[in-house]
Amino acid sequence: MKAIITVIGKDTTGIIAAVCTLLAERKINILDISQTVMEGFFTMTMLVDLTESTVAFADVSDALNLKGEEMGLVIRIQREDIFDKMHRI
Amino acid sequence: MHSQKEILSTINMIDHQHLDVRTITMGISLLDCCSDDVNVTADKIYNKITTLAKDLVKVGEDIEREFGIPIVNKRISVTPIGIVAAACKQTDYTPIAIALDKAAKTVGVNFIGGFSALVHKGMTKGDINLINSIPSALASTERVCSSVSVASTKAGINMDAVALMGRIIKKTADLTADKAGFGCAKLVVFANPVEDNPFMAGAFHGVSEAECIINVGVSGPGVVHHALKKCKGQPFDVVAETIKKTAFKITRMGQLVASEASQRLGVPAGIVDLSLAPTPEKGDSVARILEEMGLEVCGTHGTTAALALLNDAVKKGGVMASNHVGGLSGAFIPVSEDEGMIEAALRNALTLDKLEAMTCVCSVGLDMIAVPGDTSAETLSAIIADEAAIGVVNTKTTAVRIIPAVGKKVGEIVEFGGLLGSAPVMPVHEFSSADFISRGGRIPAPMHSLKN
Repeated sequence: MKAIITVIGKDTTGIIAAVCTLLAERKINILDISQTVMEGFFTMTMLVDLTESTVAFADVSDALNLKGEEMGLVIRIQREDIFDKMHRI
Repeated sequence: MHSQKEILSTINMIDHQHLDVRTITMGISLLDCCSDDVNVTADKIYNKITTLAKDLVKVGEDIEREFGIPIVNKRISVTPIGIVAAACKQTDYTPIAIALDKAAKTVGVNFIGGFSALVHKGMTKGDINLINSIPSALASTERVCSSVSVASTKAGINMDAVALMGRIIKKTADLTADKAGFGCAKLVVFANPVEDNPFMAGAFHGVSEAECIINVGVSGPGVVHHALKKCKGQPFDVVAETIKKTAFKITRMGQLVASEASQRLGVPAGIVDLSLAPTPEKGDSVARILEEMGLEVCGTHGTTAALALLNDAVKKGGVMASNHVGGLSGAFIPVSEDEGMIEAALRNALTLDKLEAMTCVCSVGLDMIAVPGDTSAETLSAIIADEAAIGVVNTKTTAVRIIPAVGKKVGEIVEFGGLLGSAPVMPVHEFSSADFISRGGRIPAPMHSLKN
């Protein structure tokens, strides 16, 4: 299963490292990353593959939310299907 | 991979424009729960619902989490109880309503619809018992919703049922007077009801439906409003096109949720109802969409035309996004549940007569309207008859969900709380319709019902 992770918030050092470490620990593979910083606001979108993931989707979601709270960011994971359905015919 | 713009636009819709799936409604047939004893029937109903719907709420929550899309309500609709209970020797069907309420609480759904009777042509013994049980059923339950079909394009208007429903609404208001007539907020009188409507209070599981199905109702007035802000001053062609594109996106999401829920519950997917359903929250209003088109206040001249465009564009945008569109599909205009409608009514811009005109061009009828507590049963019936006539002649669903606010006068506010919001008490015409209603009988079906 593929999913999109979005990270939105104030830019600080080590955001990508923190998210990537969290994913690597759970054997979640990153397929693509894109990021921008606009007026100090950090926005990152990440396409990931959960096929080999060692934990359930809900646990990944909880871990990312928690990491976001720690770093003052909003981090969420959503299955890719919702974006496919909305933006592709 | 999707562009950041696409991803962020979806997230913005969810975070800032109230995009949500309004309801996943499981339709359950209760035809195999008949017996000659009301308590036995009630037990069978409780057992069937709590078995089939035991995972409904959990599955809804799982989908919500995985897709990051809020699913506001999980609900159940059942076969009209007027049919299911017809074989019972008792005449009071309240025990069945209590069983439905208990089942709803056990499985964790917030409303259960189907304490209903279909009497658009005539009333059976079971239908009459059901209708007479409505006031006590709604007064003794929290989550049960009731509806009665009194008219259809094929059958005409059953004026005996219309007269009866005026009295039933009054009685329901009296029995729930301590809760601002809350019982009436759960009671809908229909013309041309649909059998697969996932929205409350009018949902029931029609007899032509399968054993168990999943219907999904999508919403998103805030998303449409936001999209229209970007086409200020543009011609209506642009407005219609913008609404269509937005409705398409919203409906695709609803279709995805319907397919997922159906697969996980092992229950066939029925329909997706693409209705713009407002809530009392700011930024989730249908009235504000109409105002965005250029009206100073919803209810002023031009409102009917604006609503007609909106209703039509929502359908056109949504129809290609779902493999089975059904339910009511269009725009809802429940006064108490729409922050913009409430304000328009408080400013006297939106009146009962204007709302009646608006119901000619949208998917429902006079919805969540509070009228003075001393409004006569005959006047309520006459309001129902007018609304039914609009539905019957225009071959569309219309409905009346009206609350006589016991002890309250025009201008006072009735508070229902939660999704049901608050409503200013609106004036009704003071001239009598009593002799009109006392005639009874049936208003014949219109000429265009004879299509065969």
